[in-house]
Amino acid sequence: MTGALETFVHALIALGSVVLGLLASIGRLTRFAVTVLGRAVRPPWYPAQLLEQILVIGWFSLPVVGLTALFTGSALAQQIYIGGSRFNASSTVPAVTVIGIVRELGPVLGGLMVAGRVASAMAAELGTMRVTEQIDALTTLRTDPMRYLVVPRVLAAILVMPLLVLVSNVLGVMGGWLLATTRLGFNSAAYLNTTAQFLKADDVISSMVKAAVFGFFIALMGCFHGYNSSGGAAGVGRATTNAVVSAFILILLSNLIITVIVFGR
Amino acid sequence: MSVPKIELAGVTKAFSGKVVLAGVDLTVMPGESMVIIGGSGTGKSVTMKCILGLLRPDAGSIRIDGQEVSGLKGRALAAHQARFGMLFQGGALFDSLPVWRNVSFALSGPARERRAAALDNLARVGLGPEVADLKPSELSGGMQKRVALARAIAPRPEIIFFDEPTTGLDPIMADVINALIRQLVSELGITALTITHDMASVRRIADRVAMLYQGRIIWQGERNAIDSAENPFVDQFVHGRAEGPIQMQLRRL
Repeated sequence: MTGALETFVHALIALGSVVLGLLASIGRLTRFAVTVLGRAVRPPWYPAQLLEQILVIGWFSLPVVGLTALFTGSALAQQIYIGGSRFNASSTVPAVTVIGIVRELGPVLGGLMVAGRVASAMAAELGTMRVTEQIDALTTLRTDPMRYLVVPRVLAAILVMPLLVLVSNVLGVMGGWLLATTRLGFNSAAYLNTTAQFLKADDVISSMVKAAVFGFFIALMGCFHGYNSSGGAAGVGRATTNAVVSAFILILLSNLIITVIVFGR
Repeated sequence: MSVPKIELAGVTKAFSGKVVLAGVDLTVMPGESMVIIGGSGTGKSVTMKCILGLLRPDAGSIRIDGQEVSGLKGRALAAHQARFGMLFQGGALFDSLPVWRNVSFALSGPARERRAAALDNLARVGLGPEVADLKPSELSGGMQKRVALARAIAPRPEIIFFDEPTTGLDPIMADVINALIRQLVSELGITALTITHDMASVRRIADRVAMLYQGRIIWQGERNAIDSAENPFVDQFVHGRAEGPIQMQLRRL
């Protein structure tokens, strides 16, 4: 009996320490985010760093985000056609495709692809700078590493993600249109007409808001884990993995919350 | 009696209950070159980071020119940190920037002036203009140390820290770096604080020497006094003996 009690107490202790650890991480992350936003609104700013990050995050993510949207849009149109045919509703392909892409798949898949590309790269770069003391070196060279390294990355991601998702939405719809007109026998003009009819400004706005929120989380996770990494090469590896995994989870969770708030009424 | 440049009194620092600094008292006069010796994990780097404001001491006072600096925040902390230069152990050069941009990183003004200042500082450490446009990864370890040294002196700091300046260099290059440090400190009138366990470095750089052991300064004196310190800890360290009062620590602090 005492053995069972002891096991129970040990399990309770283990659970408690996990919860405490989680709360501590959330606290550290929140403080980091507040510091970043606080520094972002006051000079000095580093416009050259911001431009470089816009290029790195935005321009170089275009191919992967575009291809993802194109392929997903096509596959989505095909599945809607098959599913719709069962109850004579195959004509809903353009409407459901555009809503599915703009409201959910465009921002979410775009966000996940950029997170895979950018959050990992940020964590690896800042992590290496941390373990080779380059971040400490910035401090001794009259430069605030938060302002020089973190703020430009976070701002660039918030600014660039809506544009990327806009492209992603257009290419996603185009992927559906391409498949529908070439393989499913849709009339091109009619398809585009239906698409335009069902696309509402609210959908586009919510898509952009999601994109900006995802951009913030992507850069925040990449920078937070990189900036606080320790323990040499293995530590940088851990930081990279944690950055990507936590960015993925935050993207999916915040997407759900925004969807429920905007469309759940 | 002039005011000490750096004055530490009773500085303590512990990390999650483990005491690293147990009350450090240290005085460095203006223009003086002080070298702190001590084995790995005795708190040398932590002492330096406390003075720089990268770490906050748990207790004790740190004064620069008689002004209390521990506990500074925001712009006051940045202004405090701007008075220091530091040569990091691994150089810590920014590998995405060419050499001249590294050297002129802390300087402001038009690019042409900054480049000229970078070339001037590179010349001071014996490097020609041909290295200015190379990336740090294209340089050898000794060259990287020289570039890092040029970067540290470029803004003409009042105080400069050298963190293990000769680690990873061959004995000849180590001597070159030591000579450069000595020369720059004398020429520019900078107050210097070096941490090292390289005795050749100590003999070359130091005006005065302090030994840190288990979080306390257990001995300090003139450079020439280290061989006749009559302190068993200093004696063991200076002669590098395995036997003596200092026992190797298994865990790092």
